[in-house]
Amino acid sequence: MNASTRYGPGIISGRLRPRPYHSALRGERIGYVGALSSCLFAALVSFFLILAGPARAQDNAALVQRFATESFNDIVGAVNGLATSGSPRAAPVIEALRDGRLVYRASDRAVFIRRPDNSFVNALTGDPAADIGTTRPVRLNNNVRRAIDAAVGALSLLHPDPARRISAAEAVFKSRDGTALAALEAAIGQERDARIKTLMEEARAAVVVANPQASEADRIAAIGIIQRRGDQDALAMLGSLPATTPPLVREAAESAAVGIRRTLAVWEAGQNVWHGISLGSVLLLAAIGLAITFGVMGVINMAHGEMVMIGAYTTFVVQQVIRTFAPGLMDASLFIALPMAFLVAGAIGVAIERLIIRHLYGRALETLLATWGVSLVLQQAVRSWFGPTNREVTTPSWMSGSIEIGHLAITANRLAIIVFAAIVFAALLVFLKRTPFGLQTRAVTQNRRMAGAMGIRTNWVDAFTFGLGSGIAGLAGVALSQIDNVSPNLGQAYIIDSFMVVVFGGVGNLWGTLVAAMTLGIANKLLEPYAGAVLGKILLLVFIILFIQKRPRGLFALKGRAVE
Amino acid sequence: MMLTRFLFEKIDRAGWVFLVLLGIAAVLVPVLNLAVPPGSMFHVSNTAVGLWGKYMTYALLAIAVDLVWGYCGILSLGHGAFFALGGYAMGMYLMLQIGPRGVYAHPTLPDFMVFLNWQELPVAWWGFSFFPYAMVMVALVPGLLAFVFGWFAFRSRVTGVYLSIITQALTYALMLAFFRNDMGFGGNNGLTDFKDILGFNIQSQTTRAVLFSLSVLALMAGYLVARAIVTSKAGKIIIAIRDAEPRTRFLGYRVENFKLFVWTVSAVMAGIAGALYVPQVGIINPSEFSPANSIEAIVWVAVGGRGTLVGAALGAGLVNFAKSWFTGAFPQGWLFALGGLFIFVTLFLPKGILGTFTDWWRSRQRKPEPPAATSASQPAA
Amino acid sequence: MLIDPMETQLPGDPVKAIERPQVVTQSLLYLDGVSVSFDGFRAINNLSLIIAPGEMRAIIGPNGAGKTTMMDIITGKTKPDAGDVIFDGQVDLTQLDETSIANLGIGRKFQKPTVFEMHTVEDNIEMAVKADRTVFGTLFSRHSAEIWRRVDDILGIVRLGDHRKRPAGDLSHGQKQWLEIGMLLAQDPKLLLVDEPAAGMTDVETGATADLLKDIAKTHSVVVVEHDMGFIRELGVKVTCLHEGSVLAEGSLDQVSSDERVIEVYLGR
Ligand SMILES: Nc1ncnc2c1ncn2[C@@H]1O[C@H](COP(=O)(O)OP(=O)(O)OP(=O)(O)O)[C@@H](O)[C@H]1O
Ligand SMILES: [Mg+2]
Repeated sequence: MNASTRYGPGIISGRLRPRPYHSALRGERIGYVGALSSCLFAALVSFFLILAGPARAQDNAALVQRFATESFNDIVGAVNGLATSGSPRAAPVIEALRDGRLVYRASDRAVFIRRPDNSFVNALTGDPAADIGTTRPVRLNNNVRRAIDAAVGALSLLHPDPARRISAAEAVFKSRDGTALAALEAAIGQERDARIKTLMEEARAAVVVANPQASEADRIAAIGIIQRRGDQDALAMLGSLPATTPPLVREAAESAAVGIRRTLAVWEAGQNVWHGISLGSVLLLAAIGLAITFGVMGVINMAHGEMVMIGAYTTFVVQQVIRTFAPGLMDASLFIALPMAFLVAGAIGVAIERLIIRHLYGRALETLLATWGVSLVLQQAVRSWFGPTNREVTTPSWMSGSIEIGHLAITANRLAIIVFAAIVFAALLVFLKRTPFGLQTRAVTQNRRMAGAMGIRTNWVDAFTFGLGSGIAGLAGVALSQIDNVSPNLGQAYIIDSFMVVVFGGVGNLWGTLVAAMTLGIANKLLEPYAGAVLGKILLLVFIILFIQKRPRGLFALKGRAVE
Repeated sequence: MMLTRFLFEKIDRAGWVFLVLLGIAAVLVPVLNLAVPPGSMFHVSNTAVGLWGKYMTYALLAIAVDLVWGYCGILSLGHGAFFALGGYAMGMYLMLQIGPRGVYAHPTLPDFMVFLNWQELPVAWWGFSFFPYAMVMVALVPGLLAFVFGWFAFRSRVTGVYLSIITQALTYALMLAFFRNDMGFGGNNGLTDFKDILGFNIQSQTTRAVLFSLSVLALMAGYLVARAIVTSKAGKIIIAIRDAEPRTRFLGYRVENFKLFVWTVSAVMAGIAGALYVPQVGIINPSEFSPANSIEAIVWVAVGGRGTLVGAALGAGLVNFAKSWFTGAFPQGWLFALGGLFIFVTLFLPKGILGTFTDWWRSRQRKPEPPAATSASQPAA
Repeated sequence: MLIDPMETQLPGDPVKAIERPQVVTQSLLYLDGVSVSFDGFRAINNLSLIIAPGEMRAIIGPNGAGKTTMMDIITGKTKPDAGDVIFDGQVDLTQLDETSIANLGIGRKFQKPTVFEMHTVEDNIEMAVKADRTVFGTLFSRHSAEIWRRVDDILGIVRLGDHRKRPAGDLSHGQKQWLEIGMLLAQDPKLLLVDEPAAGMTDVETGATADLLKDIAKTHSVVVVEHDMGFIRELGVKVTCLHEGSVLAEGSLDQVSSDERVIEVYLGR
């Protein structure tokens, strides 16, 4: 018994591959560290901006010309003046200065930018300039550098790229630097995008709240704006007011914080439930085939996880083929993979039933062992064939990205899996309820011998059922290939969790499986923040072990004499 | 007196062969290892002693599994948990024996605790430096867990596949728990780097030979206990429970108590096997709890023949021997072979090697003579 | 000797000390207003039945009348939804499980013979013989001449002496029936519930079974379910006819079989 951990940490611990759903939209707000620092300087720049107020009125030419000097103080003034001018030339000029590529001709104080290819452009117009004669670089010292950094921040508030403006506003919100106020006001005046404007107003409110000079009424009004924002950052901001804050403002901040916390808690629970539902859908997909075979045939298929794995590998192969022969179809690859996976896994399932399980009827425990043997063989076969490492499966474009509803982040891949699980579930329900095959299956579930006596070919029903269960596992594999690593161990990671779902839900009907999968998925996600992923999972396992004591045959047990 | 009567009345022929061979091995292997010079063709190599010692502990685990599965019909997919718990109890003792010789040279705390910045020994570790206490724990911890688990499960009449699956959940949950650092059992890495046991260097060949002999003796003792149980009247009830549980109830036997009894005895046996395993392989880590390990133990029993005890031990030896051979000669093939073995045995050899052999032997013996009452286990008055 | 806490546990709590009418305390088995339904189907419907100590009662009724279900209720296999089941005038059987009820002295032969197929015939009987039934009691039980004498006696009575060393699974259907009756005898219960003992037996054997039951009834109370009217007539005891889970008629066989309603349910309309 050497250290073979074929059973990796299972899905209950949340194996959904971490997709950047945070960054997708929240990211725009929270931003990267770089943006943050640049915006700290945006605050600084506005400080200078106030000093250099009159510069605003001057025209671009004069602004640019001010760089043609040897005096550091003048250069600082020039940077500040240009940064707050709103001139489209501000960014390239200041960036060139930062990189030491800004030069001037002492003779006529014309300013040029040296491009990386050592050609020059006119700093004022951006037109190429040839034969510029002898020039001197505009000099830099630490003061100038600081001014540049600050200017870059302020420029970000006015930057044409909305993402830059958002991160700049967010940074001000976090820094609450009073000196950024003027730049903010200027930016708010110009901003056209309502969402960014709101962000900037929130940033302004943050500055005002933290500003001891502002009137109490203004500060309390600003608190209102921040409460409307209502996220973690708002909370952090309200929680760290300066010590000198007057009691009235402090009180308003505290009550706002309580309000935010309450709504946030609801949103967070909502987010957890959402994640739980998506995890539940994964569990449902993985377990429902198992539940059908267990329900109808009374056998536990230990190779079920491998059927899932085979479905995932089928997806991989289908995508390989598409990539070579019809790259344009890549976005549709999953729709081609689904029937393929169903057929491949289903066929293997039928083969297993015909070759092995058929001979073991009425010996549930032996079946369990034999199918475990099958699972080892399949795992090793896939490992020998495709190699032991993870295989890359492409996510079609329509499955990436996300939308945000309030504070809920809804990622497309989770949504797709939930919808898919729902479709599979509904289809199965209809299939088992409304088709002759379904009727026969249910008859065999309830009383195998009687069904046989009535002319139902129970062995065909068995083979089909096993094929169906395996086929659905294959479908689950296609879905899982999108959120988990496609490796030979894929199935093992899900099999125990699938057992838990089946045991918890009972085999009386499919709804039991649905309820069990969703309960376990949601409970897991709700537990996770408090107990951590692993402990949460342990708690659930213990819960199921105890639950089985109360209901030895699960939530929805089959009743009647046939069971005994 | 009672013992000799037991030996002569209750041990069948296979049992005798088994016990005698083991007795010889217990003496001969250490002698051939220690006293015969390495060049000689009779020399038993050090690796062989270690390997066979390991097989002995597996065989004991197999007997434990056979007792519950072969005789009582409880297919436990979690016996590896009891094995590992016994192993951990032994590992904790060995860990505390390292003392200040660890990498961090802390006088009392094992290395991993120093590494985690712990200041003192967690309560669970108290007393483990005291050998008798550790030995009691080797039996008590798996026994107690099995008792509590069984008490709930059997009382609620969880049976068949459901029981198998929750035993699997049990060992899986334990594996996850032991992987956590804050459980205080060394997390991922488990317990290792042992130095000595009862003052004897654990690396020395003499210690290893003694551990081998002890494993053989434990296996013999385990077999005798199991055999005593299954040949007693309680054994008949246990088999009756396997074959027709409700009927046994209507006869007035408290089924859950009988199950609980064999279940707990079996868990203790598994724990002892684990405790002997750890000093011989030099490490115990959470992967011993892995569900696959428990299932592998089931294969040993299935291959050897369940409900035969001797067969279970034989199966453990054969399968592990094959595993050692495969992983050396043909590493990719092992899982194919193991999986195939599983399928083959369940389909074609439901009684396992020993069961099939005994059937064949009996039918061969029976032919010439008129049917004789050979299987009598209780002489009629 | 070890004392095992699990072993000392006694059957549930004794019945609530409520006043019970005379008839309860004097009867061996008292069923009143018992109902049970499965998924809405009423298998037993307000059933009342009284068996006096030492009485033998025959129960008849069409298929699905609830005869076996009634035995399930008495032996604790099925819990009734409503009603009283009192044994020996004081023990509430609905509160107890199968084991406790068996140990109170209620033995049962199943409609479908169930014996321990892997055990030999004699071991089947031996396990049934009244003796210590605890884990440690059986674990350390020594070979007892007394028990084996009893096994021999019973094997003689059920005429399986020649087959004593054979696995019970090898027996024919009828032999299994006999074996199960033998196990019932070995238990030596106060009340025997015998479900269709004559099914699958030849006429001669049926007669022998009837004789055996009559013999047993001298010292025990017996409830026999049977479809074979000849067999019932031979027993010559009070007959209860069940239909749709409740008592349709009660009295001597002649009375019952001339009852309008009984004829109706048996023959249909
Ligand atoms: N566990 C159960 N689940 C569902 N229905 C049950 C159960 N037990 C009994 N029944 C139903 O109760 C009814 C009575 O069954 P029961 O076996 O008692 O009839 P019976 O009188 O013994 O018939 P027979 O003469 O055929 O043996 C039947 O319709 C049966 O289907
Ligand atoms: Mg009946």
